[in-house]
Amino acid sequence: MHMRRLMLILTLAIVATCVVASGGDVQAAASSAAQPAQQDEFVPIDELPPGDRLPAAPLLVAAYAFAWLAVFGYLWSIWRRLAKVEQELADVARRAAER
Amino acid sequence: MTQRLFLPVIAVAMLLFAGAPVLIAWAPYESTMGLVQKIFYFHVPSWVMMFLSAFVCGVGSAIYLFKGRAAADRVAVAAAELAVVFGLIGLVTGPLWARKAWGVWWQWDARLTMALVLWMIFVAYLLLREYGGPGSEKLAAGVALFGMANVPFVYWSVNVWRTIHPTTNVVPTLVPGMRGALWWSLVAFLLLFTAAMMARVRLEGQRAALDQVYRDLDD
Repeated sequence: MHMRRLMLILTLAIVATCVVASGGDVQAAASSAAQPAQQDEFVPIDELPPGDRLPAAPLLVAAYAFAWLAVFGYLWSIWRRLAKVEQELADVARRAAER
Repeated sequence: MTQRLFLPVIAVAMLLFAGAPVLIAWAPYESTMGLVQKIFYFHVPSWVMMFLSAFVCGVGSAIYLFKGRAAADRVAVAAAELAVVFGLIGLVTGPLWARKAWGVWWQWDARLTMALVLWMIFVAYLLLREYGGPGSEKLAAGVALFGMANVPFVYWSVNVWRTIHPTTNVVPTLVPGMRGALWWSLVAFLLLFTAAMMARVRLEGQRAALDQVYRDLDD
């Protein structure tokens, strides 16, 4: 059950990666084809549309937060699975002893 | 022995993980990428651990295939799961860095595509183990050998093919401030890998013991 949920998450992750990646490729092709325009004014960064500002800090925080969550989530999943199997092992061993 | 070692290893790993952001914050800014380059200190160790997991899984699978040792298969399946977890961290942190550094989340170049394929090989290994039915252990072991063989190609792809990913020459040329932070993170990830392997192999061992108890009850 737990493994199936993990597989579902992984499948969704692969699909999401492909969708994001195909979008990124198109964007890359478009940007490499276009010549940068000659600048005739300076625009303060806070006047740019939100999509063009792209500060680094949220990306950095997202990367570290994801790494931490993945690590602790995985350790927690091992601990849960191990506790479940050990409980079942103890129950079955007790039943076997009673027979 | 393994159980006694687990707590000290995981405790030191957690301490190093907690200290890593401090060292990373102290590390100098890279001249062209600035703040976002600091993703490097978790991105590189996660891929190093992914490669190590792939290698352990491949060696365990080879021993299982050619010598038939069940313990080696248990190590292989534990390492395959770790390869998927560390690979996922690498595949998520990479695009977050690339979006700022290259202006795109992803590029279908040799390095990125091969890294994704490598990760998918280990996902395939786990899917095969889960849904392959009886005998899938040996099929999965064969898949793991291909996964392990793919690792050197992924590593050298940045030096051999034209790609926008930084080359492997970046690491030996790091200045001391950057090198210290990278090594700290590498040791933290290595201890985490060790602790997770211990726990995951124990889980497989307990599952095998449970199967044995059920078989004994049936007899």
